[in-house]
Amino acid sequence: MHIPDGYLSPATCAVMGAAMVPVLATATKKVNSTFDKKDIPTMAIGSAFAFTVMMFNVPIPGGTTAHAVGATLLAIALGPWGASISLTITLLIQSLFFGDGGILALGANSFNMAFLAPFAGYGVYVLLQKLNVGKVISSAVGAYIGINAAALATAIELGLQPVLFHAADGRALYFPYGLSQSIPAIMIAHLTVAGLVEAVMTGLVVYYLMRAGEGNILYKFSYRLRGESK
Amino acid sequence: MKKFLIAALIIVLLTPIGLLASGSAWGEWGTDEIKSMVGYVPSGMKHFSDTIKAIFPGYSIPGFDKNFLQSSIGYIFSAVVGIAVIALVFFILSKIMGKSEEKNE
Repeated sequence: MHIPDGYLSPATCAVMGAAMVPVLATATKKVNSTFDKKDIPTMAIGSAFAFTVMMFNVPIPGGTTAHAVGATLLAIALGPWGASISLTITLLIQSLFFGDGGILALGANSFNMAFLAPFAGYGVYVLLQKLNVGKVISSAVGAYIGINAAALATAIELGLQPVLFHAADGRALYFPYGLSQSIPAIMIAHLTVAGLVEAVMTGLVVYYLMRAGEGNILYKFSYRLRGESK
Repeated sequence: MKKFLIAALIIVLLTPIGLLASGSAWGEWGTDEIKSMVGYVPSGMKHFSDTIKAIFPGYSIPGFDKNFLQSSIGYIFSAVVGIAVIALVFFILSKIMGKSEEKNE
């Protein structure tokens, strides 16, 4: 789901980057007003967790791979705004140091994985709880929706490229496959294997966090699960 | 704290499991792969694909990825580097973000 450089036109990169500016500005404001300084390290642990989770590639039938993201889990533990900053930092480091996702495409990748995924996932999590669904199931379903929202956005951004940007001879300038190929390929991978991994991983960690005692270093991550305002 | 660090260490040491899945993610191919798939490298793609040169491309140590053991070591090393850089970034962010402690809630 990490779009490399050269796959999106500069115009697409600029639009997606511009879309992330108000998101990150609002996220910074929210974190500044809700996080104590001593709680900022919880965002670091969230970011590092997402970084590590994304290294576990899972095989997809057909010979490709995908991975979980951890976006909804971070949104549940840190709040969606805190998660947004944590995941953006993760994507920045992945791009700069490991060439995983482009630097020009950072806006698009952040929009998909650091904005859409945590907010869609968190929204579903909150909604399901209003319908009296338990926290573990709510988090798992939210995580499934969250990662698939990001996958769909990625597929649309890629698939629009040959439609919008092609040379006079019809050759693509950037990503060459259209929506009819990008959407099935990316969505099948995430609706099946990657979405399931994301859902199970999130549900298990939420289950564990709900049981974490005060002496546990991860206790700070369960404020929100216990219904406290932090 | 100790239990947490041990758990984190185990997760990092297990990351090479992620190398077992063969192939690349759909839509994350190099320009060579693109060429063999569509017959040409789109000109804009060629132009922008090397915008930055990563130090550890694909979570590997350059030149040290000849076999699974080397790749695994590079992968674990990459995880350690990534986590360390993230910790550093948030250490800096903690200086400029968040409510200071004097203001009691």
